[in-house]
Amino acid sequence: MNMAPLVDGSLVVLILAVAIWTIAVRDSFAAVVGYAIYGLMLALAWVRLAAIDAALTEAAIGGGLTGVLLIRAAVRLRPTESVVAGDSPAWFVKALAAVLAGAVSLALAVVVLTLPEPAPTLAPQVAEHIASTGLGNAVTAVLLAFRATDTLLEAVVLVFALIAVWSLAPDRFWGGRPGQHYHLEANGMLAYLARLLPPLGIVVAIYVFWVGADLPGGKFQAGTLLAAMWLLAIMAGLTDVPEVRLVWVRIALVTGSAVFLIIGFAGVPFAGAFLAYPEGYAKPLILIIEAASMLSIAVTLALLVLGPPERRGQS
Amino acid sequence: MSATTLFGLCGALLVGVGIYGLVVNPQPLRKILSFNLIGSGVFLLFGVVARRGAALGMGGDPVPQALVITGIVVAFSATALAVALLLRLHDASGTASLTTKESPEPSDT
Repeated sequence: MNMAPLVDGSLVVLILAVAIWTIAVRDSFAAVVGYAIYGLMLALAWVRLAAIDAALTEAAIGGGLTGVLLIRAAVRLRPTESVVAGDSPAWFVKALAAVLAGAVSLALAVVVLTLPEPAPTLAPQVAEHIASTGLGNAVTAVLLAFRATDTLLEAVVLVFALIAVWSLAPDRFWGGRPGQHYHLEANGMLAYLARLLPPLGIVVAIYVFWVGADLPGGKFQAGTLLAAMWLLAIMAGLTDVPEVRLVWVRIALVTGSAVFLIIGFAGVPFAGAFLAYPEGYAKPLILIIEAASMLSIAVTLALLVLGPPERRGQS
Repeated sequence: MSATTLFGLCGALLVGVGIYGLVVNPQPLRKILSFNLIGSGVFLLFGVVARRGAALGMGGDPVPQALVITGIVVAFSATALAVALLLRLHDASGTASLTTKESPEPSDT
């Protein structure tokens, strides 16, 4: 008996139910916890769509990091919750919103049902040229070779987002440490996990990074895992967030983009185009870019979760 | 109906659910969350387009799959910025409301 339609059907129902719950539930804290669960279930949908790379990214970033970010915010905003919840719009606004939402969904559904047949695809072009990159994972080949410009700009966008977040710091805390100080509970469960998990997490992250050349995985997934391990150690109080004025923090943030740009521009004299790789050197160059990007992504993502500087260094 | 179409319709509905939440929920944090629902619905539609392009032993067209990975990371950075703005509003004005009943004096320099 083929179970696949049953699995897919249940998954879609669950995803929609959790999505509706996250916007309908009264308590914002419950809503953001629901969103983290939603991210994990969406990752399963990505697996069913045969996009394992996207599934790993969705589980790690959509479910994990976004979840941590929103839960931290929900806890801080809790005192304002009852006041703001009173601003609920009038019934006709809700009715109009429902009509608008329904119309957009309907239009998209029509598009889904009338997608062109046969489907346009770039898979043959990727298959034809993937040998020149020395990679086995087509998604990594697209990210680092065929559409490398997108990935480069994205790495830069992450740094810009962090600069924008930092710029929200009050003047007196500029250059200080982000977030509150977490006190170490030496015999607590969190401290225990924060000692136990990072060694395993780092090994898994390096593995995910290394196999990313040939199998699902890569720098985003590995970088997110490293960021999560660092955040765990910080939130357990085992280590403190560095001051954002420190030179090594700044260098760590831009290393990925800088290495990407240097190799990209080196492609102009050596391979005839920006971000082109010389014959036979594609794979080692891609691995160098990925390794540098992984570290920068890990530091950037963790600092994005922690927010703008909120205290001076010594506190 | 194929599984791919099913997930496509799921994506279309998620966009609708997100739009409704974005308009109706008064709390800014819930609006950020709803916006993420819209985004994930759009990404899922991308995944459907990718899956339909499966060819030559690849489970899907790798180009849209790679774009979705980029998209998820950029969506996270935008969410982090939105949350930081919201928390700053809360610290500076003591409220997290988007309606302006009276303009509160900034308590921070």
